[in-house]
Amino acid sequence: MTDAIAAPAATPLDYHDLPHLIGLMTGDEKHAVSADSTLDVLWVLYSRVLNVTPATADDPDRDRFLLSKGHGPMSYYAVLAARGFIPVDALSTFGAFDSMLGHHPDRTLIRGVEISSGSLGHGLPIGVGVALGLQAQARDGRVVVLVGDAELDEGTNHEAIALAGRLGLERLTVVAIDNRSATHGWPGAIAARFEVEGWASATVDGRDHDALETAFNAAPVGRPMVVVTVVEEGS
Amino acid sequence: MTVTAPTDTMRDRFERVTTGLLEENPRLAVVLAEIGVAGFARTMRRYPDRVINVGIREQLMISVASGLALTGLRSIAHSYTPFLVERAFEQVKLDLAHQGVGAVLVSIGASYDWPEGGLTHQAPEDVALLGSLPDMEIHVPGHPDEAEALLRFAIGGDGSAYLRLSAQVNAEPMPITPGRFHVVRRGFAATVIAVGPMLDRVNEAAHDLDVTILYATTVVPFDADTLRAELTAPSVILVEPYLQGTSAHRVSDALRDTPHRLLSIGVPRVELRRYGSPEEHDAAHGLDVAGLRDRIGRFVRSDR
Repeated sequence: MTDAIAAPAATPLDYHDLPHLIGLMTGDEKHAVSADSTLDVLWVLYSRVLNVTPATADDPDRDRFLLSKGHGPMSYYAVLAARGFIPVDALSTFGAFDSMLGHHPDRTLIRGVEISSGSLGHGLPIGVGVALGLQAQARDGRVVVLVGDAELDEGTNHEAIALAGRLGLERLTVVAIDNRSATHGWPGAIAARFEVEGWASATVDGRDHDALETAFNAAPVGRPMVVVTVVEEGS
Repeated sequence: MTVTAPTDTMRDRFERVTTGLLEENPRLAVVLAEIGVAGFARTMRRYPDRVINVGIREQLMISVASGLALTGLRSIAHSYTPFLVERAFEQVKLDLAHQGVGAVLVSIGASYDWPEGGLTHQAPEDVALLGSLPDMEIHVPGHPDEAEALLRFAIGGDGSAYLRLSAQVNAEPMPITPGRFHVVRRGFAATVIAVGPMLDRVNEAAHDLDVTILYATTVVPFDADTLRAELTAPSVILVEPYLQGTSAHRVSDALRDTPHRLLSIGVPRVELRRYGSPEEHDAAHGLDVAGLRDRIGRFVRSDR
């Protein structure tokens, strides 16, 4: 960690503040739709599901969220700002030379960010290692990894999906944002790819907060879970 | 020269020492990608949460090592050189270095340790590749005793380190200090830096030459202080068991204020489509005693 890590914001904000917070970040408009596709999932995770706050961001028993799909992190940064992990003032520095907020997140610069991401196909394999590390140390804490449907093209994900299924990593949850952006698609649906490796699955409306919360809290025993969140095509 | 082989291999020593350390240190973990499982079979049964075989998935092996490190464990990733270093290079770069966490990477199958296997199982580029990353220590032992010392040193740190094990060894261990060159002997015509398993051959090739011989078992960080302190002539000969010239820029940087000339000897950038033995490949690349003697001798004499 470096001196550039931000102090927590004083006052947590609300879901309805997110569009304004996102609007403070300019320069990566080409990934705006990618960011938007994750917005509701991120809000539900941080406001209703994950056991982590700015005060417990270093607690070894905290829940971990790994944003594997590091493109378009504007929604992620907005949620982190709203929940007090990073100062709102930092958002307008997005992408600047001395900003903590790059167009891909850097965990060494941002308090509460568990992994640095950007190159696709890294978050889920790392997440398997994090889950194994917590298990080896008999720690509490679940591991939630967000991937995109197109990101699943990367073969490294399938190394991780297979191993996590074989090992029954029940503390591992994958959120797969399905906005049908994979060029060649996933015939038979994304969930089936995980199920064949022994994962539990749920497919829900990616904008329905209650449905998302229910799916994330399903907590299957003895196997990992994928929650496929369906949002508008191309969003 | 009488050569007596060590009683165990570097790989044997790695497995034995690591097994002991797993018992002593509850924060130590080993990640394998099928290769090496036999050597850790009993330990894997005893510590199933800390000796993890991910299957034939080398990229996942490094990512898992990263994830373990993110939770506070000290992880070792171990496999055959091309799979550990080349196939998983982006994971080493992004999942370890870029995340700001470390792991100890331990390879077997150095350069052409298994020449019958062909290029798919050879990676003399390993040190050049890993040396391009920030904060990656690189150790090249020449004897099982040195491998053990460097392994213990690497595990004791918290950054990333590469321990390059080889089937090619020197007959006797040197009294090494991790991170420092060992002065084997002093002379006045040139300075020879012999890296890891090249030492015995360099000693024999240069036995009647008036040269300083420095023995390097850590090449990153590069011991520039010892090189500068021991330099008695402006001629340096770098003898590495991997890609020729890998550490040449480090010599140049160490001697940036000293006029000098440099001969880099190592595995050339060619694919030698031959099988056979490591000794035959050494000879083909001029890395046997005769080849070294010829090149070192001509270089030293050309300075007179």
